[in-house]
Amino acid sequence: MERLSMQGISKAFGGIAALRGATFSARAGEVHALMGENGAGKSTLMKILSGAYHHDGGDIRIDGTPVGIHTPQDAISRGVSVIYQEFSLARHLTVAENILLDRLGRQRLIDHRALEMRAAELLAEMGFPEIDPRGTVGDLPVAFQQVVEICKALSRECSILVLDEPTAVLTTYEAEKLFALVGRLRARGVCIIYISHRLDEVFALCDRVTVLKDGATVGTWPVAELDHERLTNLMIGRELSDFFPSREAQIGPIILELNQLMLAPGAPALDLAVRRGEVLGIGGLVGAGRTEVLRAIFGADPIADGKILLRGQPFRPHNPGDAVRAGIGLVPEDRKQQGVLLDLPILTNALMTPVNPHLWRLGLLRDRRERKAVRNLSQSLRLKAASLDVEAGTLSGGNQQKVALMKWLVSGCEVLLLDEPTRGVDVGAKVEIYRVINELAAQGTAVVMVSSEMLELIGMCDRVLVMHAGAIAGELAGASLTEENIIELAMGREHVH
Amino acid sequence: MSTETANLQPAEQRRRGMIALAWLIKYNIYVMLLTLIVASSLLSEHFLTVQNVFNLLRQLAPLALVSLGMLLVILTGGIDLSVGSVAAIGGMAIAMTMPAMPIEGAGALVFCVLAATACGVVLGAVNGVLVAGFGMASFVATLAMMTMARGIAYMLSNGQPVRFPRELPTAQILTAFGAKGVPGIGLPWPVVGALVIVLLFTFLLRRSSWGRLTVATGSNETAVRLAGLPVARYKFLAYTICGGLSALAGILVTARTAVGTPVTGAGLELDAIAACVIGGALLSGGKGSVINTMVGVLILGLIGNIMNLMSVPAYPQQIIKGAIIILAVLLQGVGAAARQRV
Repeated sequence: MERLSMQGISKAFGGIAALRGATFSARAGEVHALMGENGAGKSTLMKILSGAYHHDGGDIRIDGTPVGIHTPQDAISRGVSVIYQEFSLARHLTVAENILLDRLGRQRLIDHRALEMRAAELLAEMGFPEIDPRGTVGDLPVAFQQVVEICKALSRECSILVLDEPTAVLTTYEAEKLFALVGRLRARGVCIIYISHRLDEVFALCDRVTVLKDGATVGTWPVAELDHERLTNLMIGRELSDFFPSREAQIGPIILELNQLMLAPGAPALDLAVRRGEVLGIGGLVGAGRTEVLRAIFGADPIADGKILLRGQPFRPHNPGDAVRAGIGLVPEDRKQQGVLLDLPILTNALMTPVNPHLWRLGLLRDRRERKAVRNLSQSLRLKAASLDVEAGTLSGGNQQKVALMKWLVSGCEVLLLDEPTRGVDVGAKVEIYRVINELAAQGTAVVMVSSEMLELIGMCDRVLVMHAGAIAGELAGASLTEENIIELAMGREHVH
Repeated sequence: MSTETANLQPAEQRRRGMIALAWLIKYNIYVMLLTLIVASSLLSEHFLTVQNVFNLLRQLAPLALVSLGMLLVILTGGIDLSVGSVAAIGGMAIAMTMPAMPIEGAGALVFCVLAATACGVVLGAVNGVLVAGFGMASFVATLAMMTMARGIAYMLSNGQPVRFPRELPTAQILTAFGAKGVPGIGLPWPVVGALVIVLLFTFLLRRSSWGRLTVATGSNETAVRLAGLPVARYKFLAYTICGGLSALAGILVTARTAVGTPVTGAGLELDAIAACVIGGALLSGGKGSVINTMVGVLILGLIGNIMNLMSVPAYPQQIIKGAIIILAVLLQGVGAAARQRV
């Protein structure tokens, strides 16, 4: 008997079909992967299951009984819990209050001690007893916020648990804890629907996989019957010839150099140099200080001590404007909050830079010329959008990332800082982004790329610096650039050579 | 002691200095309040007298209630500009209902207070429906209510103050409440009343699910909605309660001045917002505390009081008040930045 069965589900947004009769079913006690490129309809399907969206057609059955899910409350009462990709946490409230948020609505007076004890139990069960239930969520690192989010779902008696990209922000170590937990939940008979772009995870964790493409179901297979290549081909509907396209770049002179740079008084001094046409990777665990290095170079955070040399000249950015005018661009990790203005059209996003060569004097806009420039860019980036006037928020994650990149291509930057450029992006869009990075490097741009995906670092970068606890633990290149060595350095163990 | 200090490494000294500075910044509004009290006592011998302090507190009681209501709305991420006008209606309503009652005395007064408060609750509920039900921007909805309620207040008495017979027993109880204090201590009754309500809401915001979910709504509305909770209800309640508290504030003004005037509470919304902001509330919602807001009320009151005692003319007073609001918020910004760096 299937625990969940969704038949012929369709849903359109403003006339554009997101789902066309999609079919999905999952059993109790299995981990069922839901795969597909961004925009294939995975998230929409799960939002219908969770009551966040209404479906236009089709029916949903739980344990064979047709259920009408119209509100989030309906879904919760039927035992459906969804962990969303974009966190739904109240940042100003405590960890305990967030975990037991829906329970708060059922009490009049809050017994904070009972609440904190229950939260502590759940956190311990998750394997994260170090998270203080009384702490404020906004002060936690992103990975811990994800843990809080998962604990929130576990606090409900859920029989169907949807995990939407749960490991996107977790480190390898944290992800392993999550996998162990998923295993325990499966043994308990929970039906787990697992959405991820990481094929390795799917093969390690899942029992069956359902692939969606363009809003319809391609099919369902036991994971054992598939391999990486077959699954990828099913998702993108074509052969994925080369995951990491090769690059023909001429590595030129050093353009950016950090000399004993200290981000805070007493922090480790950092040395780094990147050349024109080079792709330099920065690896390490979440919280190792990778993002902070990029932010300091970009003038977004103050520098305590040390020097930055740009084209051999001392460079001291006081704000991001200084950096942009000097030819530096940053695509931040948090695309939705920092990278793209979701409510504004693509065109406005692409021109959101202080260095816009298409402006009249006095900063007046020149619509036709700008449009032409941005249209050319969007073609060379293969941006999938109906027009340049659609809101960036309506695009898929990969296309949003391209929009975030566009403004730096407009401003003609020579040093491009990328923070987790492919986080939450599907396979097809990843390759597209890799291709763009390679083209930029070939044109002489220096690229510094922070990534938690080791294969990406190995496949894309000429050299990789691995950070640990705010310091650069080592540099890997050529034959020494392996997953094992990155892990060793990231965990703070020395002497890998 | 001095040798110990001398033996300290410069780094250690600097660290201690940083800790002291961080402490000062964290508790800056208390420091500011204390500084104002000390400065006021030094500047004017009339300041630290029982008479003056109690009078000041008596005058601040209405602002305290309105600021409390404003804080609730701000916590949900909204704003209520109609509080001053609603207070005027509350003050007028009590002045008009007392003589019209067929009965007299304490029972009648309770009824009149409830009726006048109900006027504010209804107006607040209209705000709540517009914002929570129709999804109107709170600034716009309450701006409209601000002018409408003010218009109603003027129409009620053709723009004239509403006087009531002093000898009316119901009115005597009200004015005694407004003018007298707790026997023996002398703490004015309006202050006692406001204090009870403030403590009640302090408790509710910290310990009741309603309070925490009101804060949660302002912090992340989506999270609350996806937990299956009625977001609209928390918003609606915030505006409704704010309306009721504003009307109560108007009643306190009428009790103190023994007259209901349609101009009561002009500009009160700005003082209330200022009190919340000085108290560290975020206008985007999710952050703010009742106690700190009350400290904000005291700071605003103290500034006015000491300048009056020193005979600073009214116009420069406004400039100084504005400057102090800016200073308070600047200090919070420095505090937040310092905490982030730690």
